[in-house]
Amino acid sequence: MTATAPDAAAALAGGSQPLLQVEGLQKYFPVNRGIIFQKQVGAVKAVDGLSFNVNKGETLGVVGETGCGKSTMGRLLTRLLEPSGGSIRFDGRDITHLSRAGMRPLRKDIQIIFQDPYSSLNPRHTIGTIVGAPFRLQKVQTDSGVKKAVQDLLALVGLNPEHYNRYPHEFSGGQRQRIGIARALALRPKMIVCDEPVSALDVSIQAQVINLLDDLQDEFDLTYVFIAHDLSVVRHISDRVAVMYLGKIVEIGDRISLYEHPMHPYTHALLSAVPVPDPVKESKRERILLTGDVPSPLNPPPACRFHTRCWKAQAICKQVEPPLVQIQPGHEVACHFPEERVLV
Amino acid sequence: MTAPLDVEPSALSADPDAVTNAESSKAVEGRSLKQIAWMRLKRDKVALGGAVVIVLLILIAVFAPLIVKALGHPPNDFHEDLLDPTLLTPKHKYGGINGSYLLGVEPVNGRDIFSRIVYGARISLLTAFLATVLSVTIGTVLGITAGFFGGWVDGLISRTMDILLAFPLLVFAISIGTVIQTANGAVLGLSGTSLSVATLIFIIGFFNWPYIGRIVRGQTLSLREKEFVDAARSLGASNGHIIFKQLLPNLAAPVLVYSTLIIPSNILFEAALSFLGVGVRRPTPSWGSMLSDAVATYSIDPIFMIVPGVALLITVMAFNLLGDGLRDALDPRAGR
Ligand SMILES: Nc1ncnc2c1ncn2[C@@H]1O[C@H](COP(=O)(O)OP(=O)(O)O)[C@@H](O)[C@H]1O
Ligand code: SF4
Ligand SMILES: [Mg+2]
Repeated sequence: MTATAPDAAAALAGGSQPLLQVEGLQKYFPVNRGIIFQKQVGAVKAVDGLSFNVNKGETLGVVGETGCGKSTMGRLLTRLLEPSGGSIRFDGRDITHLSRAGMRPLRKDIQIIFQDPYSSLNPRHTIGTIVGAPFRLQKVQTDSGVKKAVQDLLALVGLNPEHYNRYPHEFSGGQRQRIGIARALALRPKMIVCDEPVSALDVSIQAQVINLLDDLQDEFDLTYVFIAHDLSVVRHISDRVAVMYLGKIVEIGDRISLYEHPMHPYTHALLSAVPVPDPVKESKRERILLTGDVPSPLNPPPACRFHTRCWKAQAICKQVEPPLVQIQPGHEVACHFPEERVLV
Repeated sequence: MTAPLDVEPSALSADPDAVTNAESSKAVEGRSLKQIAWMRLKRDKVALGGAVVIVLLILIAVFAPLIVKALGHPPNDFHEDLLDPTLLTPKHKYGGINGSYLLGVEPVNGRDIFSRIVYGARISLLTAFLATVLSVTIGTVLGITAGFFGGWVDGLISRTMDILLAFPLLVFAISIGTVIQTANGAVLGLSGTSLSVATLIFIIGFFNWPYIGRIVRGQTLSLREKEFVDAARSLGASNGHIIFKQLLPNLAAPVLVYSTLIIPSNILFEAALSFLGVGVRRPTPSWGSMLSDAVATYSIDPIFMIVPGVALLITVMAFNLLGDGLRDALDPRAGR
C-alpha cells in the first residue's frame, strides 16, 4: 500500500496502478453550539484513518453495522464531502481537496448509487429528466439526442424505455433503484460507489439488482466500491472485502481469504449472522451475538474501538491501538489476538 | 458456506418487477403529482365550492364598475331621501332593500350598500392578495436562503423571524396607519386612498413573511438532506441548479397551500385595521369600515351590519375551505 508518485503513476499507466488510492482518510463532523456565533464543542469521528486501494475493474466490498461511517466514506470518495485528513487519488490524480469546479469534469468518471430508492429520485421530475440530467449537467452531446440516450439506458437496466415520461412514484423500489443505476451509468463512469444499493429492497429483488450490477460491470469494465451492512450481500459481487468498525477498517482481504479464514472477532460476529443454506450445517452453526450498540463516534472507545463489545478483550486492547497488519498476502487485520475461527 | 444471494443469473431476465408488460405500456404518459392532486381536488366538492366562490369574488372585484352601473348606484352618492329624517336610518323595512337598492342603504347618508360591498371586495382582495404576494416572496427567498446555506446566514434570518413574530403588530399597524391617515402630502408619489392601501399592503405583507419563511426553511432543511440533492451534486450541479431545479419544485405545494390559508387572515387583518379607522381612507368603501360605521346603529338597522359581516364570512370561509382541500390534495402521505 504505497502512495505512487505522479510520474511513477504515468510510467505505470495501463499497468497495475490502482484506480483509487486512499491513504489515512478522515472525516470529522464538527459539533457546534451557539445561536449566531457558533463554537465547536466536539467532533463526530465518522471516518478515522482509512487506507486502501481499489484496482481497475475490481469490486471492493465494504461492510459494517449502521453508523460505522460507510456512507460518509462513500461521500468522501465521490467528493460530496470535504475530507478532514488523508488523501484520495483517483486515476493517479490527487482529488482530496479539489474545488467544486475542479471536480466537475471528474464527475463523469466517478458516480454514486444511493441507498434509499425513494429519496434518491426527485419526486417532481420525470424519469426522462432524472436519467437525462447527467447529459445536461455535464453538457455532454449525444449522437441522437438526450431522449434516445435515456431510452437506451432504461432498456439497459431492464426498464421499459416508453416510461420516459413517468414519475418516480409510479415505480416499485426495485425499479427505482434501476433508475438510479441508469443515471449513474449515463456518462460511462470508471468507478461507481454503490452505497447499500439493495438494503432497502425485498430480498427477492436484491439478487436481481446485484446481478444487474454484476452484468453491467462486465459490460462496461466498471470498478465498484460496494457498501453493505451484511457480509452475505457483498460476497457474490466482491473481489476483496473490507470490514469497517467505527470509522476504521478492522480487516481487509481477498474474498476467499476473508470469508474462509476470517481473523478479526468483529468479522467472526458478522459472519456468524449469515444464515447457511445447508440445513444440517445451519443447525450446527455457531452464532456470536454482539451485545450492546455501536458506541458513539462522538466519543469512541480508546485503543481498539471494538474492545467494549469484544469477548476476547484483554488489558492491552484498552491501551494500545492494534495496527492493520498483513497476516497473509492480501489479508490484513487490526487485532492484538487475531485468530482463525471455524464457524461451521 | 454459501450466501443465500447466489441465485442463478437468469433471474435477471425473469424479473417480473423490472420488465413492465406490454398492456400497461399504452399509458406511457406519466401522471405527475400535480395531476394527481388536481384529480383529488376535483373530487373534493367542498373545496371546489370554495374555489367557485373565490372566482366569483374575483370577477366581482374586477368588474365592479360595470356591475355597479348595471345593478346599483355610484358608491359615494348620498340618497338622503330614502332615510327617516329624524332617526337618519332607512325609511323602508329591511334596511331599505328593494329592486333598486339590492342590499339597502346606509344610515345617515343613504349610500347604496350593494355598490359599496362590490367596491369593498376590490379593496379587500387587492390588499390581501398583494400582501400575500409580498410575504410569500420575501418568505420563500429568505426561507430557502436560511435552510440551504445554514450557518450564520440561517442564524441571522431565523433570529430576524423570531423578532418579527414577537412584534406587537397591531399596535405598530395602528400607529403607522394613524400617521398615514393624517398625512396630507404625498409619500413616494402616492397619496389619499392609494397611499393608505399601499401602506396596508406593506404592513400586512412585511410582518407576515416569517410565517412562510419558517415553513420554507423547515422544508428546505429536510429537502437538502435528500439523496436526490447529492445525486445532482455528484453530477456537478451548481447551487443555482439545486435551488431552482431540485428544491423549488418541491416547495411549490406547501407554499401554495400556505398562501391560500394566509389570504383570509390578511383579509381579516385589513378589515380590522379599517374597522379601527386606520385602514383604507374614507370615503373609499371597505368592509371593515362599513362594519365600524354600522356599530352606531346596529340595534335599529341591523342589515347594515349583517351585510358586510356576511361578505367577510363568505370570503374567509371560501379561502379556508379551498386551502384545506389543497392541503389534503397535495399531501404526499394521503392515499392515491
Ligand atoms: N453530516 C453529518 N453531520 C454530523 N454527523 C454525521 C453526518 N453524517 C454522518 N454523521 C455521523 O457519522 C456517523 C457515520 O454515519 P454514516 O457514514 O452514515 O454511517 P453508515 O453509512 O455506516 O450507517 C454516524 O454516527 C452519523 O451520525
Ligand atoms: S484488539 Fe482486543 S478488543 Fe480489539 S478486537 Fe482484538 S481482541 Fe478484541
Ligand atoms: Mg449508510
